[in-house]
Amino acid sequence: MMVPILKQGHFLIATIMAALSDEDMRQFREALLDRVVSSRATAVIIDVMAMDVLDSFATRTLREIAYMTRLRGARTVLVGVQPEVALTMVQLGLHLEGVATALDLEEGLAYLDRVNRRG
Amino acid sequence: MQQTHRHTLPIDSALELRRELVAHLRENRTVLREEWVRRITEAQLLRAMTKEEIFAEATSVYDNYVEALETDTLEALQAYARSLSERIIPRGVETDEVVGIVLLLRDVLARSLFGKYQNNPSKLNRVLDAYEPAANRIANTVAVGFVQERERVISQQQEAIRELSTPVLQVRERLLILPIIGVVDPHRARQLTEQLLRGIRTNRARVVVIDITGVAAMDAAVANHLVQTVEASRLLGADVIVTGLSPEIAQTLVNIGVDLGKMKTMGDLQGGIEVAEQSLGYKVVPTTQTEAMA
Repeated sequence: MMVPILKQGHFLIATIMAALSDEDMRQFREALLDRVVSSRATAVIIDVMAMDVLDSFATRTLREIAYMTRLRGARTVLVGVQPEVALTMVQLGLHLEGVATALDLEEGLAYLDRVNRRG
Repeated sequence: MQQTHRHTLPIDSALELRRELVAHLRENRTVLREEWVRRITEAQLLRAMTKEEIFAEATSVYDNYVEALETDTLEALQAYARSLSERIIPRGVETDEVVGIVLLLRDVLARSLFGKYQNNPSKLNRVLDAYEPAANRIANTVAVGFVQERERVISQQQEAIRELSTPVLQVRERLLILPIIGVVDPHRARQLTEQLLRGIRTNRARVVVIDITGVAAMDAAVANHLVQTVEASRLLGADVIVTGLSPEIAQTLVNIGVDLGKMKTMGDLQGGIEVAEQSLGYKVVPTTQTEAMA
């Protein structure tokens, strides 16, 4: 299952359409990190709206993606976490510390806008 | 010997006995019903109801009882027990009263059977063999029906109280407040969280102020839940500011070792709203000042 990564100005937008296997998740990480550098993006938005489960592996991978993109000079915003998913994650003790979050794609873009203006 | 005799009782004779039993109960309906009502009044049960009401209900219970004995099915009785419970629970009838009246009816009927078959002990034995299990099943059904109905009413009311007691309010575009008042148990804490997360999504909130001035104390489990609520809200992209922590709750949070870096707190609700407005880019200025500027 491929995760489409779209370029929008200086941002990359990756929308995860369905639950991913661990292998898919790893491939997604590689593909996204390659794109960050090749497209000279300043930020990455990952949309997980369609995911109804975020397990420990997925959470860890998303955290890794955020840290690694930061090392490669871009920010990461995670958008579209569903209320039930959020609740389950905190109950399981899964956290996304250091990863910016926003309600949905629109809010994610607004957040990046604010951050950029602040400089 | 007796035991084997019971189990080898031919089915048709059991059926016949029950039929005989039902016929007896139908025949003596008026007498037995009156006797039952007399016993109810004597035992001072169902005091919330008038004598006429007791008599009317007793009549329907009696008929349903006999019918359940006759058909050996409990569905009709179950439905009746439910509707009876629905009617009498708001009147304040207690569980022990319902169980009491059903047991009284069982006793009244058993006594009448004793009276009828006292000259024929072996027949009496067989009649009781047929009567007792059925009567116990019926008593059970009515009591369980009542308790279930009561539990349903209670849980419905609890739900209603909880819903009422935790409003998620929008004070500005993108800013929600959640004033929590009263005792917070784990169940309510969970419900609060769910309601808040739903509120965040529908109002597209970016900042939430949770005010717990009205919460006197919190145990470690609920305090942990509060921290989880803050984290879950953040996953949805909303910052949470907790205000009005009492000294006791502050103590609890320190004791369980909450990572204070994850949680923004302010002394009171006003302070919390001010910080929230600031982070949303609002600035509240007195009108006199704006007029002076203009």
